[in-house]
Order: sequence, then C-alpha cells, then structure tokens
Amino acid sequence: MHPNSTPTFTVKREQQTMPIQVLMPALSPTMEKGNLAKWLKKEGDTIKSGDVIAEIETDKATMEVEATDEGTLGKILVPEGTADVAVNTPIATILADGESAADLGKAPAVPAPAPKADAAPSPAAAPAPAAPKSDAAPAAPASHAAPDPDIPPGTEMVTMTVRDALRDAIAEEMRRDDDVFIMGEEVAEYQGAYKITQGILQEFSARRVIDTPITEHGFAGVGVGAAMAGLKPIVEFMTFNFAMQAIDQIVNSAAKTLYMSGGQMGCSIVFRGPNGSAARVAAQHSQDYAAWYSQVPGLKVIAPYSAADAKGLLKAAIRDPNPVIFLEHEILYGQSFEVPKLDDYVLPIGKARIARVGQHVTLISWSHAMTWTLKAAEELAKEGIDAEVIDLRTIRPMDTETLIASVQKTGRAVVVEEGWQQSGVGSEIAARLMEHAFDYLDAPVARVSGKDVPMPYAANLEKLALPTVEEVVAAAKAVSYR
Amino acid sequence: MSSGKPSAAVTKSASAGVAKLEFTKEQEFTALRDMLLIRRFEEKAGQLYGMGAIGGFCHLYIGQEAVVTGIQMVLKPGDQIITGYRDHGHMLATGMDPKGVMAELTGRRHGYSKGKGGSMHMFSKEKNFYGGHGIVGAQVPLGTGLAFANRYRSNGNISVAYFGDGAANQGQVYESFNMAELWKLPIIYVIENNRYAMGTSVTRSSAQTDFSKRGIAFNIPGEQVDGMDVRAVKAAAERAAAWCREGKGPYILEMQTYRYRGHSMSDPAKYRTREEVEKVRHDQDPIEQVRKRLLDAKADEAELKKIDAEVREIVNEAADFAQHDPEPDASELYTDIYR
Repeated sequence: MHPNSTPTFTVKREQQTMPIQVLMPALSPTMEKGNLAKWLKKEGDTIKSGDVIAEIETDKATMEVEATDEGTLGKILVPEGTADVAVNTPIATILADGESAADLGKAPAVPAPAPKADAAPSPAAAPAPAAPKSDAAPAAPASHAAPDPDIPPGTEMVTMTVRDALRDAIAEEMRRDDDVFIMGEEVAEYQGAYKITQGILQEFSARRVIDTPITEHGFAGVGVGAAMAGLKPIVEFMTFNFAMQAIDQIVNSAAKTLYMSGGQMGCSIVFRGPNGSAARVAAQHSQDYAAWYSQVPGLKVIAPYSAADAKGLLKAAIRDPNPVIFLEHEILYGQSFEVPKLDDYVLPIGKARIARVGQHVTLISWSHAMTWTLKAAEELAKEGIDAEVIDLRTIRPMDTETLIASVQKTGRAVVVEEGWQQSGVGSEIAARLMEHAFDYLDAPVARVSGKDVPMPYAANLEKLALPTVEEVVAAAKAVSYR
Repeated sequence: MSSGKPSAAVTKSASAGVAKLEFTKEQEFTALRDMLLIRRFEEKAGQLYGMGAIGGFCHLYIGQEAVVTGIQMVLKPGDQIITGYRDHGHMLATGMDPKGVMAELTGRRHGYSKGKGGSMHMFSKEKNFYGGHGIVGAQVPLGTGLAFANRYRSNGNISVAYFGDGAANQGQVYESFNMAELWKLPIIYVIENNRYAMGTSVTRSSAQTDFSKRGIAFNIPGEQVDGMDVRAVKAAAERAAAWCREGKGPYILEMQTYRYRGHSMSDPAKYRTREEVEKVRHDQDPIEQVRKRLLDAKADEAELKKIDAEVREIVNEAADFAQHDPEPDASELYTDIYR
C-alpha cells in the first residue's frame, strides 16, 4: 500500500562458474540512480548472506544493502562516494568458493538490461560515476526562456531539487507564523515518506509536526476543524490516491463552509502530496486528480512543475485564506531546477508562466507533463516549428488570459496532461479557448492526455498509457497542418 | 459514578448521585425557559414548513431539548460547539438570535448564513457555533480539529461534538476517537441516541447499542445519561468537561433521548407506533419534568405563565421577521466562495 517497501538487493550470476555481480539496487519505484555512500566490506572480506555490505543514498533516504549470496568480496567496481550510479550498474563482484580474483575478467562487464520502455537513463550506461549531482538537468532550454516577471533581474539563482524547495517553503512559513503546522502520515519522525519534511520535526518540535495514524478521512477532517478555528494546517497526503478517503471533508467541509456560513467561517488549509503517475505502482497508486478538484468552487488547485514554482506557490498556498489543493509529483521530487535566492519568494496563485517563448503553436501543460511538452518543443524546433510553452501552474483559478493571449499570437493550441481526457483539464481549456478565442484559432484545439484506462503495471503498457513526446509533436504538427 | 475518574472506561450515571442532580430554583427556571424556547421555535418552524415558507430538509429537535440545554450550562466562554443537521436547538442554546436562525430557515438575507446555508448549515463565529453539518458524521473529525486547535493554543477551552446514534456508525467517528485519545484532545463527544437513525431503530443498525461503550477500544471513558432529565445531563457534562479540562483527553456521553417528530418534515414515521411516542411524551418529557418540579416546589404559577408568554413572543417575532426579511440579493450568488 505505502511506498518504501523493504529494499531488495540484486545479484546477477551470469553463469554458474562466473563471479556474482552485485548490481546497484532500485530502492524505490522512482529511483533511477543513487549515490554509493559507503562500503562496509572491503575487497577480500568474507561475506555471508544477510551481511550489510554497503550504504546507498537515494534521494529519499540512506539505505543499507544486504548480501544475498555468500563468498568473498572480489572487486569493488564503484568506489564509495560515487554519486548518481544508475540502477543495475554492477558495483562489485562476489567470488564463490573456488573462484579467485583472476576469474574477474570473465565476468561480463554489463548485465543485459531488460528491454526498457522509457527514455530514462539507460542501465547500460557506463558504471563510471556520473556527473556531480548539482549539474543535473536544469529544465527549460535557456535560449527561449521568457524572463520571469516574478524574479527581479540580477537575482542569484541556486540549483535545488523540487523536494528541497518544498521543504524550504514549509520551513520558512512555519518560522513566519506559529499558526502553521503540518500533519500527515510519517511527516515527523520518519522525516516524510518522500522526505519532503526532512528536518522539520527537529526544527519545530512535535507540537507543530504531527504524525497521524493511517486515517485520511479522519485527519483531513481534524485539519479542517483546526482551520475553522483559525489555525493554518498543512495536511500531507502520502499520495493523493489516499485522499480519496478524505474527499468528503475536502469538498463538503473545507470548500463549502465559507459559502454556507455566509462568509463567517472559512478555512485556510493546504492539502498537499504527490499526485499523478508514479512509476510502476499501477492503477490505485497512479492517478491524476487535477480535474477532480478543479471542478470545485471554493478550492484552489495548484500543480507546479519547477522547483522555483514549487517553492513560491507552496508559500503562497500556505498564506492563502482558502483551502488549497497542492498537487506535487513524485517523479519531479528529485529533479533540480534553478531557484531564485530570495528571502521571501512568494508567487501569485492563478498566474501561468510562459516557459518557452514561441510563435507558431501554443503548448499548454503543467506539473510533470511539462517534461514531455518541453522536449516536444525542442523536437518541433528542429523541424522549424517554434512552439510557445505555457506552464499553467495553477489549475483553479485558471489563467485564461495568458492562454488566450498566446493563442491570439499562435492561432493553435495543444493541451498536454497526464490525466484522463473525459472531463479533463484539457477539455476545460479547449472549451475556454473555443469560447473566448474562437476567431483566433486556425485549427481545433488538440488534447494529448493519459489514455482512457486504469494505469497498468507492465513497463511497456505504463509508457503507452501516458502521453509521449511523440504524441505531443504529432498533435502540434496536426494543428499546424504539417 | 462516584469518583469522577471512571477506571473501567464506562460508567452509568442514570441512578447515581441523585442529590447532586438537584437544581436551584433559578437553574430550573433557566432550563425551563431555554428548553421552551427550543420547543416553541421548532413547533413554529414545523408550522412554517407546512406553509411552504421553509424549504428542503428540516429536522426538528422536539423532545431532545434537555440535551443541549444541560450541556450548555457547563460550558465556558470560548468553548466550541459543533453538530450535525438537527441543529436548531444547539444554536438557540448557544444564544444565537432566533430571528437570524429562523430567517436562515426561510432563506432570507439576514439569516445567519445570508440565506445560503439553510437549516442544516448555519454557523456563528461570535457564539463559537461551528455548524450545522449536512454530512452524517462529518462534524466529528471537525470537532476533533477544534479540540486540536485548543490544545495547540493551550487556551483551556474544550469542544463539544454532537452526533446521533446513526452517525455513531460512521468510520470517521472512530478515526476521530483514536486521534483524540492518542493526542489527549479536550473534546466531549455527545451521542444523542434518539433511538432511530432516520427510520432504522438502534437495534436494527447497531451491534453495540450501548453507545457509551463505543470508546472502549480507544480507552475513552463513557457514560449513559438520562437525556430527558436536564439535571442528569448537566451533572454528566460537568464530569466530562472536568475530565477534558484536566488534560485527560476525550469523554463520551451517550444521551438517551427521543425525538417526537419524524426524522425530517417529510418523514411519515411508520417505523414506530403512535403509542410509543405518546408514552415517552407523557412519562419523560424534559420540559414537563422541570415544570412539575417547579410546581411541586410551589413556584409562582404566574411566573411560569410569564415565561411561556415571553418565549411565544420571541418565537412569533422571529417567525414574523423571517417571513418579511427580503431574500438575499442576487449578487450574493457569487460572494463568499473565496476570501
């Protein structure tokens, strides 16, 4: 049910006579690489099954790796301190009885990877250490980036993961206002199931950082009640999939009370957590709720993509006097972006951001779907189509003005979302553009969305169920009649 | 209950400490007046419903008046109250203006929610009344959240969450019990057992019909209380409130009560006999009990009549106001969605 199941550790014995290869283990559904923090055994040490041989740092936690085979630690292939070792990279060999270090040469250098569906870093990549963490993937292509009106020119930028940006936002707001507290499953002592609340308990104590039982309906209601009494709760759902248990309290109690009380009693509360597709966790743990919540008057719905937006918008959400649904994305947590180094970086809710300036077609997206959209824009550029990419950032209230202004320029629009198409956010955007920008449209608005199926488990089917860069490119060409 | 410290989690107060139940004459008069106000108000609401002045669902509190009246007597400024949809009595007990309540029932602009909430959704920040909730059981975690806020602020206040025997079967009630005891939250859970969850009797809906025992799994003490005797209600509420204010966590009071009217105005009440209702009304009526005690104590009959007249006057004024107050301005459709 919940993430972070017991770590498993893989060895690969290519042939009976070959040394056993110890592979970099995948320690979470979304882990693609990790840091080899420490070797606890050295070459030549005898190893028994169950011995802890190394410590691996994922973006969520440091985990111990246990041996499942017996023998002698032959050669350490990846020295300790190496960052960003791809999953399935051989990190050491274990020699069985009768084998010697001389046998090492016989070991195949690289295990045959299972045919992998994704464009994710290939496990066949060299076992050599990857680039230092801080250089990892800033997102938007710089050449077409629009100047961000919310960041003063000359502001120093720091590279930061979405995870750290969210944590900083929470910590800054808790420092600023004693009425702000955070509650949820594993937010305190465990430091967050996805490590968003790392260090928060230590700084703010158990009074303000509250581990709840696994009881979403109940603690969502407790949060709303506390908010009605004037506190400003941040309610973390381990994932929004579990918030289905709590949706009555979110919709019927949080969203409607201000109206039903004639304006007397509202509730300043943030419901936050990962939303949308995770990786290989199948239908019940992989679903996009943006459209669900966006239908409800009384709620605000935010779904940031970049770390800067995650920080600036979460701070805004915590200060907002209304209930805010803050949809994060597990796959983005570990990704790094440039974040302005400002003492108090608060973004306006309800403003889209032009992530890439273009002339020919408007691509509209948000959250993790921005990844495909930005890549598609690069592909389109190679074919001479200059796409404008809009990161919606807030789903409700929706920045229709920015969308219309862009379509007035390009005459074409494609919406890219992870969620299902029927009654999706993309459908709403298409309708608004039809209503308000019909005369500017040179083609019907196209929608690229998650397929109309529950999320499958199999890697290839999962990839098929989600939008792809190719689909976005094809849709952009179709609306451009190319 | 003798010690005030129920060790076995559940105690019964029904026959205990009769001497402690005695009210002063002044308290009797206060209780009589408060209960009468609720009864006459509800009778008038029923009448207005019949005339079509009140729409939708309308759940009357007639028969259960002693519960909110007795509990309100022990609350202090800043203590919070929250309940479900059978909420008119609770609002009047907190001192909310009968005109504002009635005008909300008729959907008018000076109703407590500007006519946008109706019978089931009314609030008063001023009187610490947190609704008025239409989803059965939802008020229980919300009330627990109010208690959470009191503990967070260490302000010494408690919250009271009222719910019925029907709501007592909702899962979120037990999620709340667990957290309230785990975190020692100052909340009294008042289960108003009026014997019927809409048309389903307690025996047909509940495996454990002693609702005071519903907290046993969480180590929450509970009492069964004669909810038709305002003195018993007050005495039990005093124990519960003391428990909460001492930081010992939540407390459950099962109020054994009865509603004379249907579940809502549209309920034909075929699930019970007329004789059953008449018997309770005759033998146990909470208002008649007080009136009889006062008369037995040779209270001035003129004073009783004066109270009757005053209450009728208040209710008639409220009804008059609620029928003449204009409907909300059309512009109110789009206000109070965000702030």
